[in-house]
Amino acid sequence: METDVHMKHQAIKQMMKKRNRGTGYAALALIGVITSLAVMTLDSATAHATIHEHGYTYRYDYWGDVQDSPDIFSVTQTYTSADLLLEPRMKNPEGLYAHENMLYICDTGNNRIIELTVDDAKKLSVSRIIDSFQGGPGVNTFAGPTDIAISEQGNMYIADMGNARILQLDENLNYISELGKPEDSALDAGLIFQPYKIAVDTAERIYCVAKGINKGLCKYEADGSFSGFVGALPATYNLWDYLWKKIASQEQLAKMTSFVPTEYDNLYMDYEGFIYAVTGNVSEDDLKSGQVSAVRKLNLLGSDILVRNGDYDNYGDLYMGDGGGHQGPSLFSDVTVFENDTYVCLDRNRGRAFGYDDQGRLMFAFGGNGNEDGTFNWAIGIEHIGTDLFILDLQTGTITTYSLTEFGRLVFQAIDQFDDGDYDGSRATWDEVMKLNGNYDLAYIGIGRSLLRQKNYKEAMRYFEIKYDDDNYSKAFKQYRKEWVESNILWIVIILLALFLIPMGIGRYRKIKHDIATADIFLIDQ
Amino acid sequence: MFKALTNKEARTRYLDSLKFGLYCMTHPLDGFWDLTHEKRGTMAAANTILFLAILIRILKLKYTSFIFITVYWEELNIFLYIASILFPLALWVVGNWGLTTLFDGKGRLGQVYMATCYGMLPYPLIQLPLMIMSNFVTVEEGQFYSVLSVISLIYCLLLIIAAMGQIHEFSGGKNLLFTVASLFAMLVLIFILMLFFSMITQGISYIVSLVREMLFRM
Repeated sequence: METDVHMKHQAIKQMMKKRNRGTGYAALALIGVITSLAVMTLDSATAHATIHEHGYTYRYDYWGDVQDSPDIFSVTQTYTSADLLLEPRMKNPEGLYAHENMLYICDTGNNRIIELTVDDAKKLSVSRIIDSFQGGPGVNTFAGPTDIAISEQGNMYIADMGNARILQLDENLNYISELGKPEDSALDAGLIFQPYKIAVDTAERIYCVAKGINKGLCKYEADGSFSGFVGALPATYNLWDYLWKKIASQEQLAKMTSFVPTEYDNLYMDYEGFIYAVTGNVSEDDLKSGQVSAVRKLNLLGSDILVRNGDYDNYGDLYMGDGGGHQGPSLFSDVTVFENDTYVCLDRNRGRAFGYDDQGRLMFAFGGNGNEDGTFNWAIGIEHIGTDLFILDLQTGTITTYSLTEFGRLVFQAIDQFDDGDYDGSRATWDEVMKLNGNYDLAYIGIGRSLLRQKNYKEAMRYFEIKYDDDNYSKAFKQYRKEWVESNILWIVIILLALFLIPMGIGRYRKIKHDIATADIFLIDQ
Repeated sequence: MFKALTNKEARTRYLDSLKFGLYCMTHPLDGFWDLTHEKRGTMAAANTILFLAILIRILKLKYTSFIFITVYWEELNIFLYIASILFPLALWVVGNWGLTTLFDGKGRLGQVYMATCYGMLPYPLIQLPLMIMSNFVTVEEGQFYSVLSVISLIYCLLLIIAAMGQIHEFSGGKNLLFTVASLFAMLVLIFILMLFFSMITQGISYIVSLVREMLFRM
């Protein structure tokens, strides 16, 4: 696995060796590449894969190189069904939801929902098992519940997928109402409604990811009426398919699959009411060409407002080659958003969690597939309470709890301080971070941003340049240049005037001299 | 070449021929005709221009603002980098000469080289100020850099094409045809070179394994 990753590295590095904005070297470069290929064939004989130990946590630097990092989150405990004294054992749990200090697991295979309490010592214990409710016109049990959401008023919303409904219950499990298939003429009449993931906002509006519906999130108003689809992902196609469709006959077209938009896999309502939606229906090409975003932050209108200022787009692992039996891009199955706008996406393909800051820069990636603590077989759900993370594994039915390490605490503190406007404090904290990890790009950029806010432009430029942050560098440089011009305006004017006046003066002098030399009065009349 | 340092006459001729490059830049058809037919160009000047182009290309890596060029220094091989100019140039010169000489091209191998080098003059002349300027602009103003940078390359390209037409005494259409044909000739040369390299590699490894085998048995 390591070998493969390393080889990929080499290839991509070669590609990115000179990321040269706009200066297409045209023919010269092309021929240069061919040349170097010729030389590389000789090189490859001596090339050998270096095997190095990876840290548990890593991030990608500007070049896309893996930079080992101290852990930001460390496993505090892994809870199995036995640890939680659950009988029968959890079977294919698909949903994880946190509300205040309660954690809810949708035990899909056993048609029940498990309510866990997280106590002050961060221990989990089962406080309630929900497998039925009171009242309601139909069956009052669940059939494969896949998600639960709880509103501020305490009402529970349960995606009861097997019964094709979203249930609304009050906190004492009394039936209030249920939501069915969206009444939309564009939907196939024969389609069975399969609500998969749900989120509820402060106004009790419900957003639902339903299987088989690719028009975006189904949005229901508080009164239960369907009010439309929001945030559809664009349909993807490649140029070749497109051209082919243009020239294909009707019969051929009928045989071809149509370009359909991809579906979301999960959603998360953040503390401000924005929806973070992830999709795992992605291909390497879609991600790398930027046609599909694996994570989107949707506003009320359904437009994507996620900030993407990172060196790479927010799609998890950059290297998608085969390794350890897993290949292809990271397939996000869930996302959770902290109160400082950093968010963590969970990749079910390689069992990794990817944390991004509010600017879309990768903060950390950790995890993996396996059976040890902190590795997963099928990572399906991620949630947080405070700064603790919880990850649910579908296959093993375990829940892993994480808490911040010293390093992680400092990183979070520095981000919080910056958001609060405490730039001195933020800078000092980033300095601490840098002591623990001198390779942490975010620390350099964080210090730079603090300096920028403190109007210390020259220092800020230095930090941005180290980590190739050209946008922030330009911001700092623009101010620095302005200051410089303002303080040296006298000299600039003098030099400019001199540049104009001296040649002019010389010309004038020569002209006068010439005039005098050729003047009539000096000609001696012969 | 070093005569210019001691001999005054040679020095004036060298400087004149170097200055003539500027004339070629602004009057390509007239200039490149005179370059060979009136012997206004010298090899020394051509070498100087080539050297300047390579020098600027290397300096660019270090002194252009990181906004425009970022270099992965760990992977940079300076010799390969220099070769990325010299090798295509050599291929072009040999390919172009080899082809045109079969089709009434009047230019000799040395003249093709000289004219091509003269054609590269806009590259150092535009890229050097551009390199300095790049350190005083922001990302938003970066378009100037990109546009000027591309212009310098297109300028070179046009000059080289014009130069080939003049030294071979080709008409416009024939010149363009042979420019494209020369590019194909370069591809053929690369193919032959790769074939050659892989044959040599296999030959050497054959001999090495033969010697090993003998050593084992002795």
